[in-house]
Amino acid sequence: MINRILSSAAAAALLAGTALADEVRVYNWSDYIDESLLEKFETETGIELIYDVFDSNEVLETKLLAGGSGYDVVVPSGTFLQRQITAGAFQKLDMSKLTNKDNMWDVINDRLKKYDPEGAYAINYMWGTTGIGVNAGKVKEVLGEDAPVDSLALVLEPSNMEKLSECGVHFLDAPAEIIPATLAYLGEDPDSQDPDVIAKTEPVLTAIAPYVQKFHSSEYINALANGDICVAIGWSGDILQARDRAAEADNGVEIEYYAPKEGALMWFDNMAIPVDAPNPEAAHTFLNFIMDAQNMAAASNYVYYANGNKASQEFLEKDVIGDTAIYPDEATLENLYTTSPYGPKVQRTVTRMWTKIKSGT
Amino acid sequence: MKRATLILVPYLWLLVLFLAPFLIVLKISLSDAALAIPPYTPTLKDGIGALIAELDFENFIFLTEDDLYWKAYLSSLRIAVISTLLTLLVGYPIAYGMARAPDEWRATLMMLVILPFWTSFLIRVYAWMGILSNEGLLNQLLIWLGLINDPLTILNTNTAVYIGIVYTYLPFMILPIYAALDRLDSSLDEAAQDLGCTRMQAFWLVTIPLSRNGIVAGSFLVFIPALGEFVIPSLLGGSGTLMIGKVLWEEFFNNRDWPVASAVAVILLLILVIPIVLFQRNQQKQQEAEQ
Repeated sequence: MINRILSSAAAAALLAGTALADEVRVYNWSDYIDESLLEKFETETGIELIYDVFDSNEVLETKLLAGGSGYDVVVPSGTFLQRQITAGAFQKLDMSKLTNKDNMWDVINDRLKKYDPEGAYAINYMWGTTGIGVNAGKVKEVLGEDAPVDSLALVLEPSNMEKLSECGVHFLDAPAEIIPATLAYLGEDPDSQDPDVIAKTEPVLTAIAPYVQKFHSSEYINALANGDICVAIGWSGDILQARDRAAEADNGVEIEYYAPKEGALMWFDNMAIPVDAPNPEAAHTFLNFIMDAQNMAAASNYVYYANGNKASQEFLEKDVIGDTAIYPDEATLENLYTTSPYGPKVQRTVTRMWTKIKSGT
Repeated sequence: MKRATLILVPYLWLLVLFLAPFLIVLKISLSDAALAIPPYTPTLKDGIGALIAELDFENFIFLTEDDLYWKAYLSSLRIAVISTLLTLLVGYPIAYGMARAPDEWRATLMMLVILPFWTSFLIRVYAWMGILSNEGLLNQLLIWLGLINDPLTILNTNTAVYIGIVYTYLPFMILPIYAALDRLDSSLDEAAQDLGCTRMQAFWLVTIPLSRNGIVAGSFLVFIPALGEFVIPSLLGGSGTLMIGKVLWEEFFNNRDWPVASAVAVILLLILVIPIVLFQRNQQKQQEAEQ
């Protein structure tokens, strides 16, 4: 996380000196694109692309709200997008420049309206679910053959977690993902904004927190792939990337992904243009390039996340479009829920509770 | 004229690089959070009058109402003190060895102390993650040697944080102590022994007190950055590692509450300024006494 901050600080410092017209600065999630697409963009358009990465919505939001981030394209998730639109952080997209807009998938566009009601500020890049990644062999070794790998009970029941802590468990360091999941497990509304309902998750999470080796939002990819940990609550595509890295390394580690049967959070990462983007013209060119069916398919084939581009589906590889962990079937899709951003007061309660859960104070 | 210019330069430096940023942070700590760019109100756009009228100490009062903050300050103090002592324990013998080494070796030894700085700090901390993890080099070595059967959990605990801080700040401890020891006349040591001290007594009664300034300077150079350390606890520490740097991060990034984050920073600065001022005063008195 820190190296990203440093690298983008360096980028911002460079920015102060130069403001070339044909240059576009993109700030995207780490491990989230096929890097050959970046070169392709440069050769096709002649625009120089500066590509930086982050691993938490909070880091992105802080940069945007500080103003003068220097980026032309950023990729916030739905709830953050909604709040940042309210704060006036984005400019409206010029649809006439986005000639590939008809490629977009109406199903996803509709769901995105929860966050961007007029569909005026952002286009969907990828979407996915938050679920459970397991090192199948190790988990069965520890919990036996009938380990509840497709249920949140695996990670929210202290008796399971006590045993799993031997082989290592990581949780996303993202209360806005873990709390809704815990609410779903308790049979409450995962999107609840009521502090009293949210408080019900505290004893559940406090009971299992001592068995969590780390709360972190990107280290689990490598940790799962190397066999350092055996379970992670994480983002679907990240866990599938861990699966592939392990398979490539041929180290005997087999990773599986499950969207929990109690319901899984469905999230959307979307591309938007900051209100003070130095080069909005080039930003639109980049957006349109990404909205191209083949380019979008290349990105999804590489990162194992579903995208919001209907036209790209014919170019997707079988193990992407055919994998229900990536493109869920109808039954799973119905079992997915979305969340709304917390208001400032609730946010503070949630952060405080999260610190208490993690550190015991 | 010359004298005035000479004095002006450091004061200007202090004003631009310390006082001005501090005043900005102080101002934000007295503001209220808002969903806007920048995420607090009031700003200069509201006019000076409104600006001053709306500032208050609400955020500082808030800090006293939740035990999280003082627990984090205390926990940071504890981690900083323990790691400073550990660094001293490791650093002093190294500095002593360097100062007593033959002249032709010293340049090389000095080089070896500074050498790690040629690699990025982050890469060095990441390297420790590879060494300390459950499947890491250290555990593999210990298992191979037959010393342990199951891997030790070191990464993501406070132990890893101590290792990281000691490793990272060691040169800052060694260099001032080495400088102090290097200036010591070795005949003092001989004189002490001639007057009946054993080697050990001579070391405790003569060498250590005379290298006091180096020890104090080195300890401050380690303690001050360790107290506000953020990178090492977030990479090597576990979920139980509570440090004020991380709390500050959470206020700033997770709560998007810049005013409370600034209040936390102002108090951290006050905690650091008091010992620094006391230390300076002590040094000054000592110098006066010597004269």
